[in-house]
Amino acid sequence: MSNFFKNSEIDISKAEKIVSETLKNCDDGELYLEDTKSEVIVLDDNKIKSSDYSTDLGYGFRAVTGEIIAYSHSNEISEKSLVNSSQNLKSSLKNKKGTYNYEIKNTNQKFYGDTDPVEEKSLKSKIDILNEINSYARSKDSSVKQVTANFIGEKKNVEILRAGGQLLKDERPLVRFNVSIMVEKNGKKETGVYGVGGRQSYDVYLNDDNWKKVCDEAFRIATTNLDSKPSPAGEMKVVLGPGWPAILIHEAVGHGLEGDFNRKKTSVFHNLVGQKVASDGVTIIDDGTLDKRRGSLNIDDEGTPTEKTVLIENGILKNFMQDRLNARLMNTKSTGNGRRESYKHIVMPRMRNTIMLNGNETQEEMIKSVDKGIFAVSFGGGQVDITSGKFVFNCTEAYEINNGKIGSPLKGATLIGDGPSSLKEILMVGNDMKLDPGIGTCGKAGQGVPVGVGQPSLLIDKMTVGGTKI
Amino acid sequence: MIKEENYLKKIAETCLTQSKKLGSSDASVVVMNAISENVNIRNKQLDGSERSDNLAVTLTTYIGKKKASISSSNLNEKNISKLVNRCVEATKITPEDEHNSLPEKELHYMGDKELELYDETHLDNEKKIDFIKEAEEYAFESDKIVNTNGSGFSENKSNFILANSNGFMDGYKTSQFTAYCEVVSKSNGSMERDYEYTTKRFFSDLLKPETIGRNAAKYAINKLNPKKIKSEKISIIFDKRISKNFLTNFAGAISSSAIAKGTTFLKDKINNQVFNKSINIIDRGNIIKGNGSRYFDSEGVKVDNLELVKDGVLKDYLIDSYNGKKINRKSNGRSSGTTNLYFENGELSFEDLIKSEKKIIYVNETIGRGANLITGDYSVGASGTMIENGEFMYPVSEITIAGNFNEMFQNITLANDLEFKYSTNSPTILITGMTVGGK
Repeated sequence: MSNFFKNSEIDISKAEKIVSETLKNCDDGELYLEDTKSEVIVLDDNKIKSSDYSTDLGYGFRAVTGEIIAYSHSNEISEKSLVNSSQNLKSSLKNKKGTYNYEIKNTNQKFYGDTDPVEEKSLKSKIDILNEINSYARSKDSSVKQVTANFIGEKKNVEILRAGGQLLKDERPLVRFNVSIMVEKNGKKETGVYGVGGRQSYDVYLNDDNWKKVCDEAFRIATTNLDSKPSPAGEMKVVLGPGWPAILIHEAVGHGLEGDFNRKKTSVFHNLVGQKVASDGVTIIDDGTLDKRRGSLNIDDEGTPTEKTVLIENGILKNFMQDRLNARLMNTKSTGNGRRESYKHIVMPRMRNTIMLNGNETQEEMIKSVDKGIFAVSFGGGQVDITSGKFVFNCTEAYEINNGKIGSPLKGATLIGDGPSSLKEILMVGNDMKLDPGIGTCGKAGQGVPVGVGQPSLLIDKMTVGGTKI
Repeated sequence: MIKEENYLKKIAETCLTQSKKLGSSDASVVVMNAISENVNIRNKQLDGSERSDNLAVTLTTYIGKKKASISSSNLNEKNISKLVNRCVEATKITPEDEHNSLPEKELHYMGDKELELYDETHLDNEKKIDFIKEAEEYAFESDKIVNTNGSGFSENKSNFILANSNGFMDGYKTSQFTAYCEVVSKSNGSMERDYEYTTKRFFSDLLKPETIGRNAAKYAINKLNPKKIKSEKISIIFDKRISKNFLTNFAGAISSSAIAKGTTFLKDKINNQVFNKSINIIDRGNIIKGNGSRYFDSEGVKVDNLELVKDGVLKDYLIDSYNGKKINRKSNGRSSGTTNLYFENGELSFEDLIKSEKKIIYVNETIGRGANLITGDYSVGASGTMIENGEFMYPVSEITIAGNFNEMFQNITLANDLEFKYSTNSPTILITGMTVGGK
C-alpha cells in the first residue's frame, strides 16, 4: 500500500496508468514520491536561536531513453499535475524509442529502524538538553567565549512507482548533533568543531551523557589550535589519522570512480579497470549496507537494493559505482549507487560509505619513519577536480613531525595532491580502521547527500602542504 | 505559469489570521513560487531536460519574545492549518530571547518597483538547446577540445509575497537566465577542464554563445601541460572570477551576527584602516537589472546603499533586525545578505597590473574553502599561469596559496576592469607577499 495517494484526489491505479503510459517507449524511468519532515534547533550565543520545523512533499517524474533524461517535479500530487509532467517528459523525448527495463529486485534488507527522530522526543526536551550542553561547554574553561550547538533531525519517506506497477519503499531516519566551541586566550581565537550522527534515534548521543564527549572533543580541538604555529609550505610526507581523514579517499578517488564521469570519459580512471591504480595492500569499498550509518540505504533512490561494492582490491581497479542509466550504457549492473538529494533532483551515481580497509602497520611505525612531515588528524572541507585529478583539503587539526616524533600543532595547513598519484604513493596502511563520526555531506552538481567514510592510518610519501612558512 | 500575486497573498493572509487566532502576538510569512526549466547537453547532444515547480510557505510566529518557524511545500488548506498550529505550539515552549521581534515599521520598504528584475521572455526547450549547442560548437573549433563536461541553459522565474502582522505585504517577480559551457582539453597526456558562465536577469543581456564557447575553450587549453613550481613568497594576481571571493569572505566577516558573537577577525575594527587607502567597497541594492538587486530583505526592511569601506577604512556592517539589536544598530536591510557587492575600480589597467612586477602568478582557479573568518587565515589549492615581465609564460598547477586577510587586505592593488557579471564583483586584483606551496 502506498502512503502518498491516501489524501490525494488521485488513486494509485490512476497514477500507475499515467506512469506506464508515459514510459512505455522509454528505456527507464519512474515516479519518485517523497515526504520529508525535518527539524533544526540551534543554540547560539547562549540562546535558542532558532527552532525550525519543515515538511516537504513532492514527486519527481523521470523518463530516460538512450543517454537522455527528462525530469519534471512538482509539489502537487494530483492528476492534473502528473498529466502536465507526463506531457513535458514526452515532448522532451519525442522521436526517441527505448525498451523499458522492468528488472528491479525486491528486497527485505533493513539497515536502520523505523525511528522518527523528529517526533520521538518533545521539542522542550531537546531545548533543555541544548541549554545543558551550553552550560557544560562554557563551564569547561574561562577561555570558552562562544558555543554553538544544534540538533538536525529528519525522517524521509520514499516510494518509487515504476511502469508496470512495481512499488518500492523506504523510510529513512537521519540525525546529526553538532557542537562548535570558540576559545580565546591572549587575544588569539580558535574554534573547534565536532559532530556525530547516523540513521538512528538521538538517544544514542544523549544517553549516558554521550553528548559531553562531543563537547569535550570540540573543546580539545579548539584548545590545541590555540598553541598552533604557522604551517610549513612545500612537498613532504604526510601521516593521515584514521576515520574522518578518509574524506581524502572520498575526494581523491571516490568521485573519479562514479559511473557517470567514466561513461563520459572525463575521469582520469575511465580506461583503467583491471589495472593497478594504487599501492599493494590498498583495498577500497563503497558500502551501503552498514548498520545505521549516515551513508547507508536499504534501497537507493531508483529502488535498487544497496550492496557492498569493491572499488579497488589490493591496488587493482575493480568496479565503478553505478546508477541504472550509466550501468545500462556501460553494459553492467547498477551497484545501488543511484542517489538524489530529493524529489527536486535527478539521480546520479553517488557514494554511500566509502572505506579503505585495514592493512598491517601501526600509526606509531608510520610516525617513527618520518623525518620531516605532517600528521593530519582532522579535516574541514575538501574538493576535487575530476578531470585533472587534483584535490585539496583544509586541516582542522594537524601536527608537525620532526625526526619521528609528533611536534607542535599547525594552523592553516592545506593539503593538495593528485588523486591517481597519491594512491600510488601510499607507503603504509594501518591496522586501526575507524569509521567517521557520521557527519559527512557530499556535494555534486549542486546536490548534497549524506555519506560516510572510513580508513586506517596512512602514510603518504609526498603531498604538497600549503602553509605560510617556507 | 508562475503563480500570481493574489494566490500567494491569500495564503499569506490565511497564515497571519490563523496564527493570531491561535495566540501569537506577531507573525511573518513568506509564500513563494519558483519555476525553473533547464536543459543540459554534452558533446552537442541533448543530455537531459528538467522542469521544476516549487511552492513554499515559511511562517514565523512570536509570542512576546518567544519565536519559532515552520516551512512546507504543501500548500493545501488542511496542511496549512496543521502547520500554523504546530508553529504556535512550538513558540509557546521556546525560551524567550529579548532580541526577537519584527523590524520597526518605519524601516519597511514603501516604494516603487523600478529596478527591472523580471523579464517575461520564455524560451521553449528547443531554443534553449540551440543556444547552448551553438556555444559548444564554438568551443569545439579547436582540436584540443576533446570532450565536454556538460553545458547547460536555465530559465528561472519566481514570485513571492512577504507579509507580517505589522501591516507589511509586498512581493515581486524576478527572473534569472543562466548559461554555462564546460569543456575538456587534451594534449600530450594532460587533460584539463574549464568553463565560461553567464547569468543575467534579462535573456538579451547574456553573453553570446560564441563568446561563451570560445572563452571556455581558451581557458581549458591554457591550463594544459602545467608545471609544478617551487615553494616561494610571490605576488599573485587573482582573476575576476576568484577575486570576488575575497569580497564574499569580507562580507561574512562583517555580518552583524559574526560581529555580535565576536566570531570574526574584523570585530571592533569599525573606523579602522582594514584595507589600504586605495580600496572602496560598496554594497548597492538598487542597480537596474542587477543580479543582486532587491527592494527589501527577508524581513521587509528597505535595502540601503552601503559604503562599507571608504579609503580603506571599515565604515559599516551588514545588519539585520535581530543581530542589530545586539550591537545597538538599526537594520540596514541585510537579513538576506549582501546585494550587489563590489570593489570600486582601481587605477591600473589590466596590462599595467600584470607588468607591475617581474614575476607574478596569475590564478584563475582555486579549490577548497580555505578561509577561516575567525582568524583571517586563508589557504587554498590553486592553478593558473606564470607571468614573467608582463608575458604569460606557462600554466602552473597543484600549488597552494596562503596568507592572512589582515595583511592581504593591506596589500591589494586593484585593476580598473570591474564588470557586473555576478552579484558580487571585483576587478582583477594583485596581492603581494603571499606564500605559494609547491615542490
